[in-house]
Amino acid sequence: VRLCRCRCRTLLFRPAGRLRARRDLAAGPEMHFGFQTVTEEERREKIYQVFETVAKKYDVMNDSMTLGIHRVWKDILMHKMNPSPGTLLLDVAGGTGDIAFRFLNYVRSVRERQLQRKLKHHQNLSWQEIFESYQKDKFNSLGDSQVVICDINREMLKVGKQKAQHLGYSEGLSWVLGNAEELPFDNDKFDIYTIAFGIRNVTRIDLALQEAYRVLKPGGRFLCLEFSHVSNPLLSRLYDLYSFQVIPVLGEVIAGDWKSYQYLVESIRRFPPQEELKAMIEDAGFFKVDYENLNFGIVAIHSGFKL
Amino acid sequence: WRVWASPSPGPVPHPLLPAGRARPSHSEPRGRDGRGGEEENEEEKEEGWHQLYPGHIPTSPLQKALLAAGSAVMALYDPYRHDMVAVLGETTGCLALPNLRDKMKNHPEGYHILQERPRIRLSTLDMARLQGLPDGSLGREYVRFLEDNKVSPDTRMPPKFVDDEELAYVIQRYREVHDLMHTLLGMPTNMLGEVVVKWFEAVQTGLPMCVLGAAFGPVRLSTRKLQVLATELVPWAIQSGLNASCVLNVYYEQRWEQPVESLREELGIFPPP
Repeated sequence: VRLCRCRCRTLLFRPAGRLRARRDLAAGPEMHFGFQTVTEEERREKIYQVFETVAKKYDVMNDSMTLGIHRVWKDILMHKMNPSPGTLLLDVAGGTGDIAFRFLNYVRSVRERQLQRKLKHHQNLSWQEIFESYQKDKFNSLGDSQVVICDINREMLKVGKQKAQHLGYSEGLSWVLGNAEELPFDNDKFDIYTIAFGIRNVTRIDLALQEAYRVLKPGGRFLCLEFSHVSNPLLSRLYDLYSFQVIPVLGEVIAGDWKSYQYLVESIRRFPPQEELKAMIEDAGFFKVDYENLNFGIVAIHSGFKL
Repeated sequence: WRVWASPSPGPVPHPLLPAGRARPSHSEPRGRDGRGGEEENEEEKEEGWHQLYPGHIPTSPLQKALLAAGSAVMALYDPYRHDMVAVLGETTGCLALPNLRDKMKNHPEGYHILQERPRIRLSTLDMARLQGLPDGSLGREYVRFLEDNKVSPDTRMPPKFVDDEELAYVIQRYREVHDLMHTLLGMPTNMLGEVVVKWFEAVQTGLPMCVLGAAFGPVRLSTRKLQVLATELVPWAIQSGLNASCVLNVYYEQRWEQPVESLREELGIFPPP
């Protein structure tokens, strides 16, 4: 029934920029955009615009807002994932490629260690044989691992591609424009599905989770890295203070955009807390769903398996 | 762990915000599903925050302080960030702006301007007519200035962080009149010219942003220019600034035909060196 109403909403779509806060006028399912109340279509549109505007300064802002700690969070996610060479990863809302690049680095180093171990075992081979085996593996430094970066926003993908070129990532990755609620992939395709700091911006989280379940192979793993809720009251107050007082100011000074970062901190407060997200993931069909808090709950990694 | 189990009964004054002024909506997070807007909070949720004018972003004193510091640093670090200069002006102008507004109120022409709120924009200016005016008139010289320096009056930032609607207009007027200052003082838009105009404006308006700009602007100039600045231009700018009546009290839109010389004399600006 909800899906039907959404379809009707798109027909009566109003021009972007007009907020509809009055309940008597709002005709569609109401959603939140930060602390504002908007219709679903408006929410998608506004979020698209936010990321379109911040794309170029996305990485700089991440570093300044989190004082570089977001890199540690992403590294922890990678270690938890512990991918082996040959893994096919789907990174949704992967935008500027942070997770994808870490994945490639990780499998490359695992692969190197594998090769080194193999070479050690080949102590009794002739030089010719060692040379040949080295040649064969040299062109397979990733071990057939691949990452597909999917994002709904063209600007973010653009920045990601430029970054990949700049950092020298040429193989093992592909860029796809797509919506997490309706992925352009077949069923049972991927070994791992990740969504880092993206699921908060998805308008229908339940659909995104269902899609995640669909495209994962049986035995595949779902991993979600996202801002979550701090239960410690003192820390929570400090965190709120920092979020609401400092972050929009940083947005204005560094990126010239207050409103996008006001949206960011508000959307974090709106997002379901750890247990609720865990329940939603279980509803989508995942098993062994668990979460790990980082930094007292400022960030949480949720994990689930398709069995 | 349910932080917002029940909506608050009414607007909760945020501990860091001045009471009775515009408050950002973050002082009361809504229920998580976004539905069920409580009636008493409906008005507050209108645009997501209390906007006093289009583009207004209410800020707490702490935020203003952080903005002032951040924008000052950024403006020095990257002089092309004009928006940072604008933000600095807005966040530090809390004393100077009311002063300016009162000066305007007490002057007949200034009062007129505050009532009518004219805007200097390409859409409101009749460029063809101004170009047709005789040489030496304010309109003609202003258009010449815009063309020579390839600037447009539409690039001025609208105010965002001023928490009073009338003061927001005052700072907007100040920004739009800036190009006319250049014309009256005969200064181009290079670094040297801008610094001179800043000195003049600092004396005239008392805005801390102008004072800071005037003091730190010369940092990026060569020694030869600094010399010219110190010996001739700045003293002239200061004297003119002190001698002249408030430049915001002039209804420029009604004086396009007036010769620049005569307007200078009327205001009390000494002829440029």
